[in-house]
Amino acid sequence: MAVASLCDVVVTTGSFPLLSGVNLTLESATTYVVTGPNGAGKTSLLRVLAGLEVPSRGTGTVLGFDICSAERRELRRHVGWLGHETSFYPDLSPAENLLFAARTTSADVALIPSALERVGLAHRAKVPLKSLSAGQQRRLSLAWLLVRRPQLWLLDEPFASLDDEGRDLTSQLIGAAQASGATVVLTSHGALPADTNAAPIVIVGGRIVESAS
Amino acid sequence: MIRLVLLVAQKDLLIERRSRVLLWQVAPFGLMTLVLCGLAVGPNASTQAKLAPGLFYIVMTLVALLVINRTSQLEAARGTATSVQILGIDPGAVFLGKGLAMFIQLSIVGSALLAGTTVLLHVPLHAAIVTVPVLLLATATLSLAGVLYGRIAASSANAGTLLPALALPAFAPVLIAGERAFSSLITYGPLARWVWLLGVSLAAYACVGLLLYGALEES
Amino acid sequence: MKQLTRRALGPLALATSFATFVMGYFVTPPDKVQGELARLVYIHPAQAWVALYLSFGAATIASALYLWPRTRSMVADRVAASAVEVSTLFIGLTLLTGSIWGRPTWGVWWVWDARLTSTAVLGVLMLGYLALRRANDDPQVRAKRSAVFAILTAVNIPIIHFSVMWWTTLHQGATVFTENRHLKIHGSMAWTLLLSFIAFSLDFAWMVRARYRIADREAGQRDSELDAALKARRTESAS
Repeated sequence: MAVASLCDVVVTTGSFPLLSGVNLTLESATTYVVTGPNGAGKTSLLRVLAGLEVPSRGTGTVLGFDICSAERRELRRHVGWLGHETSFYPDLSPAENLLFAARTTSADVALIPSALERVGLAHRAKVPLKSLSAGQQRRLSLAWLLVRRPQLWLLDEPFASLDDEGRDLTSQLIGAAQASGATVVLTSHGALPADTNAAPIVIVGGRIVESAS
Repeated sequence: MIRLVLLVAQKDLLIERRSRVLLWQVAPFGLMTLVLCGLAVGPNASTQAKLAPGLFYIVMTLVALLVINRTSQLEAARGTATSVQILGIDPGAVFLGKGLAMFIQLSIVGSALLAGTTVLLHVPLHAAIVTVPVLLLATATLSLAGVLYGRIAASSANAGTLLPALALPAFAPVLIAGERAFSSLITYGPLARWVWLLGVSLAAYACVGLLLYGALEES
Repeated sequence: MKQLTRRALGPLALATSFATFVMGYFVTPPDKVQGELARLVYIHPAQAWVALYLSFGAATIASALYLWPRTRSMVADRVAASAVEVSTLFIGLTLLTGSIWGRPTWGVWWVWDARLTSTAVLGVLMLGYLALRRANDDPQVRAKRSAVFAILTAVNIPIIHFSVMWWTTLHQGATVFTENRHLKIHGSMAWTLLLSFIAFSLDFAWMVRARYRIADREAGQRDSELDAALKARRTESAS
């Protein structure tokens, strides 16, 4: 079953096309890895799939929501996002950030301690986020995905800034997500951990040049 | 909706409690500006008392700009903005929640400034006390307007300098109504029309915000 | 018909403006009390009409049309932006001619009169609108934020007007009508005044159209640049 379908999607910033006509179909319970050189449009593709960018041309649906209409807002509630910038509020602690996110989305608050434990942040749960390392901040985003349990996981360079233990953990979480029926799309510059079984999507110049779908 | 409003407000206030920007930066700025106002109008106590309401509301407006800028920058970082967008919170709740948090912060600073004005600029104590409800109404209007103008300016090039250009002219009615009401309380002049004006202004910003904040979030 | 209207607009605006000048300067008599100064009545009220009602009204309607999802189009955004630019110019002219009238009448170039003050505040808000447009490069972001700002300003205008009106007013009373809606001026003066409103309204339409055409060409240029950029970007994937 198709989870997402993009047809000739163009996304621009000013007069520069980040995506120059993307055609893509994503199937459920599958992990995809998007690769390509710097500036190829990997992050932009993920942002379109998350309903964070409005295509200036083309059409598409993700999880049944039209990405060109106001349905994008509803779509966002069903996707999980891990970006490569600092996410959440730097002045709040990991626990407070997760509590705010869980309460506003009616997610299960009881899952927060175990999620923090799972990503190895339980001992740093009460210190401000800004005092954590980049890798620890990425672990917090992973913890949020565990609490949120989205249908579509969008992970931008999920293995960057992580130590070996963090990479193993991320790989395990991706595997578990796929096993539970979720679709995972991740971007990567380097080689994936050996146990990550992902279908390749190659993007160059804002277009898909190779896709498993 | 109310639950979401309270959650958003609580989050903004918690961030303020952690960062103490209000205590260590905004409040000292307000008090310093008040002292400068006193120096600018000269040492004559009756002149100071006469000009006190206007000076107080000018300082309040400047302080409001700092708080608006600070509040709108909380979600300005790209990563934070993305995370919050992904949560898909009802924009009406975000608008009211941020407005509520800003109202509480501005009310605290406003009360301190009012006390400062009473002492430094020789305002009669009874007028300062009875003006508090009007000050709260003016503060609520500034807060809701501030959330909107802050969001319009946020993420633009030079948001910090753009915000005053957008918001200050729009704050003129609040400044006038607040100053007139405060003066009326000192001189026992007409008060109702100024309170009415602030009330209408507050209702207008609330309606526009609930209708259009979502459009701003999507831009 | 549309083509004819387009072609006739400029000449018609120029002709009516010239006719207003001739009528106002040579045909109408000077005022009993204000003398030659009263001839400003053929410029100032019509400028204020364009600045405060016509152009700002057009900008507000166009902004509302942009924000309404069913009528959203960049045409509405360009009309709003063009109308605000022209409005800012007319607000400046209104304040200037008002000051020229005020200096001999009130003895000062500026007074804190309700209408003057609210016009000046609106002028500053319009400058804010133009600043906002220049602070955002992305056309969609710029259009949406500008439209919300225009609607906010429209909602604020009556509040600003009442606040400064209650604050103080010195402005000359109604020029054209009495309180009982009877005409206060007659004959050639009344006709010239009417003509001035038509002339300045046509000037406004002409200027907005000219500004819109420039904005339209700029957008066309951007589209061409985007097409070229798309082509270049697609060759990256082909190579």
